[in-house]
Amino acid sequence: MNDHEEDPMSEEDGSVGPPLQAPEIDAALLAELVAYLREHRPELREAWVERINEAQLLRVMSSEEVFTEMTAVYDNYVDALETGSIETLRAYARSLSERIIHRGVETHEVLGIVLLLRDVLARALFIHHQGDPDLLYRVLDAYEPAANRIAVTVGVSFVDERERVIREQQAAIRELSTPVLQVRGRLLILPIIGVLDSQRARQLTEQLLGAIQANRAKVVVIDITGVASVDVTVANHLVQTVEASRLMGASAILTGLSSGIAQTLVDLGVDLGSMRTVGDLQGGLEEAERLLGYRVIQEGDPVLAPQD
Amino acid sequence: MPVPILKQGDYLIASIQSALSDTEVLELRDDLADRIGRFRSQGIIIDVAALDVIDSFVARSLRNIARTASLRGAVTVIVGIQPDVAVAMVQFRLNLEPLQTALDLEEALALLDRHTRGHGRDGG
Repeated sequence: MNDHEEDPMSEEDGSVGPPLQAPEIDAALLAELVAYLREHRPELREAWVERINEAQLLRVMSSEEVFTEMTAVYDNYVDALETGSIETLRAYARSLSERIIHRGVETHEVLGIVLLLRDVLARALFIHHQGDPDLLYRVLDAYEPAANRIAVTVGVSFVDERERVIREQQAAIRELSTPVLQVRGRLLILPIIGVLDSQRARQLTEQLLGAIQANRAKVVVIDITGVASVDVTVANHLVQTVEASRLMGASAILTGLSSGIAQTLVDLGVDLGSMRTVGDLQGGLEEAERLLGYRVIQEGDPVLAPQD
Repeated sequence: MPVPILKQGDYLIASIQSALSDTEVLELRDDLADRIGRFRSQGIIIDVAALDVIDSFVARSLRNIARTASLRGAVTVIVGIQPDVAVAMVQFRLNLEPLQTALDLEEALALLDRHTRGHGRDGG
C-alpha cells in the first residue's frame, strides 16, 4: 500500500535534500483528503487568493490573472497530492515561472504563495477534523510530507527556470559582443552598446587590441552612446583599454559621453584626463580623420537631391 | 645571449629575441647608451614582440633607456607589444611614460622620421 507513495518520493527528492520521512501513509486517508479538498475547492481557493493579496504577493499581476493562475496551481496541487507524482506539477510550475519571471516576480513571492496554500489547506484540515485529534494526526501525517514536497518542487522549478533565463540572457549578451569595425584605412570604430561589466570589458579590450594588430590601426574611436551608465569600475576599464591601445601604438578617442554620464564621472572624481574625448561619434570620426591626415571634401550637390 | 643592435641610418634598432635576464637588460641599456654616442643616433627602436611578459623591472629599464637616450639626444620608440602583454601592463599599472610606442617597425620608423624632420643635422 505504501509503495505507491514511497517510490516516487525518494526518487524525486534525491536532488533537493534528504528524502522527507513519510510515516505510515494511509492511501485511503489521502484519498479522502483529496476528495475533501476537491469538494471545498471554491472557498479554499478564495481564502488562499485572499491571503495572497493580504500578503501583497504577486502585485505585478492583475487580480484576474492571479485568480486564474492560482486556480490552476490549486488543481495541480491537489492532483499531485492524489497521485504522489509531481511531474505534471513540475511542468506547470516551469511554464508558470516562464510566464511570470519576465514580469519581475521574485523567488520569495513564489515560495510565499505555495506556503500560503499549504497553510490554508492545513488549517482547513484542522477545522474539518477538530473533533477527532487522532484522525487529524493521521491526516496531517499523510498531508504534510506531500505538501512539503510540492512546495520544494515549485520553489526549485522556479529557481531552475530563473537560472535558465539568466544563463540564456548572459549567452545572448556574449553573442552581442561588440564588433570592431574598420571605417577607413587605419581607423577603427568600436561602438559599445549595453552594460559593461568586468568580463565584457576584458573581452572587449582583447578584441580591440587584436583588431589593432590585425588592421594596423592608428586611431580607434570608442563610442559609448549606447552605454546606459558608467560607474568607477567601467570608467577604469575604459581608461585601461585606452592605455593598452596606446601601448600598441594606437590613439583612442572616446565619444558619446552623455551629459549625465559626464556629470557622474566628474562627481565620482574619475580622471579621464589621459583620454581624448569628443562629444559625438561624428566629431570623433572627424578628429580621427584629422589625426590620420584625411580631408573629406564634398563634391557638387548632394546625390540625395531630387532628380528630374 | 646579448640583444643584437642594428644600425639603420640615424637610428638604432634593438630586437629582443627572447625573455631577458636582469643582467641582459642592463647590458642592453649600456650597449645602447654607448652606441648612441658612437653613431650619433637620433632614434632608438626597441622591438619587444618576442616578449610574453613585460614586468616592472623590464618596464623600468625601458624607461631608463629612454631617459638616458633622451639625455644624449635620441628618441626611443617601443614596438611590438602584444595585446595580452598590453592588457597585463595596464592592469599592473606599468607605465612606459615618456616612451613612445608604435605597432611595428614600419610605424616606428615613420614616427621617428616625423620626429627628426625639421631638426635634421648638418650634412645628414
